[in-house]
Amino acid sequence: MSAPPFTIKPFGPVALLLEWPNRVDEDILMDILGFRESLLKHHLLGPDWELIPVYHSLTIINRTDPAAIKDLIRQLPQWHSCLPSQHKPETQYWEIPVCYDVSLAPDLLEVSEKLGMDPQKVIEAHTAQPYRVYGIGFLPGFLYLGGVPEALKLERRAEPRLHVEKGSVGLAGAQTGIYPQVSPGGWHIIGSCPVPLFTPDKTPPCVVAPGDQIRFRAIEKAEYDLHKLESEIGIYKYKTGHSNA
Amino acid sequence: MLKVHHPGFYTSIQDLGRFGFRHLGVPVSGVTDQRAAKRSNALLENDPNDAVLEITMNGPGLEFTEPTYIVLCGAPLEAFLDGDPLEMNQVYQVGAGAVFTSGHVQEGLRTYLSVKGGFQSDIKLGSRSQFYPITSSNTLKKGMQIPYNPIGDFTPKLLKIIPEESSADIDIHVSPGPEYELFDADYLNHLFVKSFQISKNHNRMACQLEPSLPAHPIRIITSATLPGTVQITPSGRLIILLRDGQTTGGYPRILQLDANSQDRLGQKQFGDVVRFEKIG
Repeated sequence: MSAPPFTIKPFGPVALLLEWPNRVDEDILMDILGFRESLLKHHLLGPDWELIPVYHSLTIINRTDPAAIKDLIRQLPQWHSCLPSQHKPETQYWEIPVCYDVSLAPDLLEVSEKLGMDPQKVIEAHTAQPYRVYGIGFLPGFLYLGGVPEALKLERRAEPRLHVEKGSVGLAGAQTGIYPQVSPGGWHIIGSCPVPLFTPDKTPPCVVAPGDQIRFRAIEKAEYDLHKLESEIGIYKYKTGHSNA
Repeated sequence: MLKVHHPGFYTSIQDLGRFGFRHLGVPVSGVTDQRAAKRSNALLENDPNDAVLEITMNGPGLEFTEPTYIVLCGAPLEAFLDGDPLEMNQVYQVGAGAVFTSGHVQEGLRTYLSVKGGFQSDIKLGSRSQFYPITSSNTLKKGMQIPYNPIGDFTPKLLKIIPEESSADIDIHVSPGPEYELFDADYLNHLFVKSFQISKNHNRMACQLEPSLPAHPIRIITSATLPGTVQITPSGRLIILLRDGQTTGGYPRILQLDANSQDRLGQKQFGDVVRFEKIG
């Protein structure tokens, strides 16, 4: 059996942390998600197990049985070595509407100045490529997105805002994301998404899953208002398809 | 129904937590001091997961519209039923229309009020624990009505129990967190040679400690966090995540609390002293 691509660390009495090489990498993410899928299907059954994938790590938690966690240290490398090498988890592609109107984008002009790009160029750069979902955390339904182009990288705001509106699309460092609820936040707000990505009454509550790809589509304020009303009465249809992961 | 006349400082409905949605960013929530909440349910011969009220610092004013039985556990609270003082860790029969009034906790921070059969508020994502936006609010609001099943003829096996744990205990048992070994021995020594105080910034999400450790250069890629994870910011501030804490974080995870120490920490308030003790 060859060495597994991850290290295993104890994480308190009820969890283990599996870490792949320390970088943001699509192949690593797909290996993590494929392994997670296989563990949940064949080995770690029942509601006591929770597996949290984020970027280059997978955290495995058992709510009730610390002994079950200890046993895993021996079994995990074996289970990983039995994975079919071509197996890729199924992922989806989502088109997410975003309105970049300055009335919804309090920092767009400042960002455009800081980056030395016209606001229109900032919008084009932000919508030009799909982003990979490397995990969901920080807030329910907050997507960690990878793939922000070099031209859009800038420091976070010097002073965080105490109140960022739900749906705000932020940019900071090498990251972009959508605030799923009202929250404090230090990212530059360059647009707003009119449709919720997290709805606690739906199953699953989050439409997007780790590993999926999303692409932003720039919309006018009128279309923003329409989609907002459509989602409020529950008839908004997300544009989706299979991803080429 | 339980009618909320006034909610107190921070009172919320909690069970043992919301599991199975952490990969979507949903915190587990649930009671902060599990031992106290479980004891309050045990005295009423409830299921350990039955929903209770978690009262913080200053208690609510409530009215029971139907007969039931109640227990208070956790931080000793000045509390009255129709004007008669209530003892902690003891079963009381409650008649229809009885009014519960309360003042401050006398020591500790969080008191649990359980009702026979548990509170029957809506289950969201597998749990009754209040956490916005999974539930419509984080806490009880004035005028809210919380259902429970009326029971008039319960004979408890035990009327009262004395808790084993003491709120005077300051030792917080920790094991090394995932990034512990990235710090050198001198730095780690700071964690164990001195005690820390609970800062003003403490709530159901997290508890910050004072003083800070020295600034450090260790950076990580965002990864999962757990209730009881001790994060250390670049400027050296120690943040202990609690039950409503975020499920992922970008700060090094230097220590991890065991379950009993999370309960103990949940009873500490601003200015209280804690000391880390390494186990395992």
